[in-house]
Amino acid sequence: MSITLDEAVALITLEADLLDHGQFHEWLGLYTPGGRYVIPTDPDAEDFENVLNYAYDDAEMRAKRVERLLGGRSISAAPPAQTVRLLSRYRMLADDGDTCTLRCAQYLKELRQHRERDYAANITYRLVRTPDGLKIDLKVIRLLIATEALTAVSYIL
Amino acid sequence: MSDQPDPRRFLETDRADGSIYNDPALFDLEMDRIFMHNWIWVAHRSEIPEPGDFITTFVGPHPVIVSRDRKGAVHVMLNRCRHRAATVCEQHKGNTASFVCPYHGWAYGLDGALRGVPHQNGYGQDLDKASLPLVNLRVEEYQGLIFATFDHAIPDLDSWLGAAKPWIDLFMKQGAGWPVKTMGEHKFTFPGNWKIQLENTTDAYHFPIVHKSFLDSVDQETQDILNFVGGTGFVEDLGHGHSVMVMIPELVDLDENLDAPIPERFLELADQLAETYPPEKVRQIIRAVGGSGFNLNLFPNLACSMAFFRVLRPLGVAQTEIRHIAIGMDGGPDIANQARLRLHEHFQGPMGFGTPDDAEAWDRVHRGALAGRDIPILLNRGLAHEEKRADGNLYSDVSAETGMRAAYRQWLVAMTGEPAEETVA
Ligand code: FES
Ligand SMILES: [Fe+2]
Repeated sequence: MSITLDEAVALITLEADLLDHGQFHEWLGLYTPGGRYVIPTDPDAEDFENVLNYAYDDAEMRAKRVERLLGGRSISAAPPAQTVRLLSRYRMLADDGDTCTLRCAQYLKELRQHRERDYAANITYRLVRTPDGLKIDLKVIRLLIATEALTAVSYIL
Repeated sequence: MSDQPDPRRFLETDRADGSIYNDPALFDLEMDRIFMHNWIWVAHRSEIPEPGDFITTFVGPHPVIVSRDRKGAVHVMLNRCRHRAATVCEQHKGNTASFVCPYHGWAYGLDGALRGVPHQNGYGQDLDKASLPLVNLRVEEYQGLIFATFDHAIPDLDSWLGAAKPWIDLFMKQGAGWPVKTMGEHKFTFPGNWKIQLENTTDAYHFPIVHKSFLDSVDQETQDILNFVGGTGFVEDLGHGHSVMVMIPELVDLDENLDAPIPERFLELADQLAETYPPEKVRQIIRAVGGSGFNLNLFPNLACSMAFFRVLRPLGVAQTEIRHIAIGMDGGPDIANQARLRLHEHFQGPMGFGTPDDAEAWDRVHRGALAGRDIPILLNRGLAHEEKRADGNLYSDVSAETGMRAAYRQWLVAMTGEPAEETVA
């Protein structure tokens, strides 16, 4: 039974909503135990392990990132920036029944210390069907500005 | 010239005026006197290994091309066509036989020589191609670090680096016997003056405060190693504005203490390496992966900072770009380089667990320094017990502001053209 676009979009919309509302512990539960959250520095990179990324998080690093945002001990994240993100332009690139690859656009605004900033990105998800429902096995955020200078991002893109 | 600020007005031995970060006229003077009359770091050898390789970057505000010609010589040239000034190259990096200006097609060699001019007869005898190369800066290299300067009168790179050279040699031991190579970079800006970043690479004092959340995210052993404020490390003034801050004395020379126990976080990596390498080599690689125990600040724009290069570029009086360039072993084991990449991602860059907190602190320094008038920035930490080594170098404890005082002393020399005053030890 294939994964429908509606199912996939429902999951990543839930992810976006959890991240914008600071529900980071719930966010952790959306990933498979072996899942990765990746933000490459090189827009063409595929072999993420052998290149430098902005983030290359396994389950342990994701949990640490959440702890950092909620722990109140990081001056850039106390409190974390407020964000509003929009996902759109969904396209199912592949679907073999239990696994699918979905690509979409994300536009995000952040507000922190009286300053608004924005980031546009292409996001590719690999979603898998598990006994606990549909989960994220890979999220690759290709920032439009990845090759240029960013500003500090003390939240989860 | 009369409305030029007097740099002396901004600085005393143990303090600076807050406006040193935000006076626009002072900034313009810095871009001239510091960034056009000192050796500015532009690239690492591994970024342009082959003939024809090039990168584009900046010397202060000036866009430049760093290229390697057919004979292997490195050139640093202004990215400015000699016809009517268009930049001739907008790629970050690449390999080419020539640079062709997109506007009217003037073509330059890898050394900047003007080779071709379309429809040259339109100039009659008025165009001497030999006198119109891309403007070349002076270039010198030490241990793969490539520096350039506009100034043909300043002393050579060797004497400029001086006492910093042995520290560069030590830093390059992170190659574990292989050459050091760059492995990508994190680039970000913060809304503040470049000198705030220059200070930070020689500021151990902030580490346990600003980096609490990073320290929370590492194991106990690593936390203990990083608990260096109050330890036996030191900061030493190396002359010419350079300084070294030794945080972890056991990790100064990575080829020493090879029989020290392998830190727990690297045990798994050591086991994997042991399948290919003899025990001695495994230990050397592991020590290299962990990085050096010191920050070497090279005035004005490079730091060899524990395990990476930190490069600053002033974009404006209140806007600075920072690059954190990852380094690794050129030809070394992939798993060791992967470990270095993960360590870099963990702390550095706009999404690391360390850098965003640094950036927040610098941002606040810049904004805070706009408050009030005639309120000093204190630079006197560690002065009370600062001493002089036999070779004359000033040094103090690891959290002293000795390195900042060294940088500002050179700042004043560069800004006024007068030699440094002897400071009281
Ligand atoms: S500006 Fe370059 S050829 Fe005219
Ligand atoms: Fe820091």
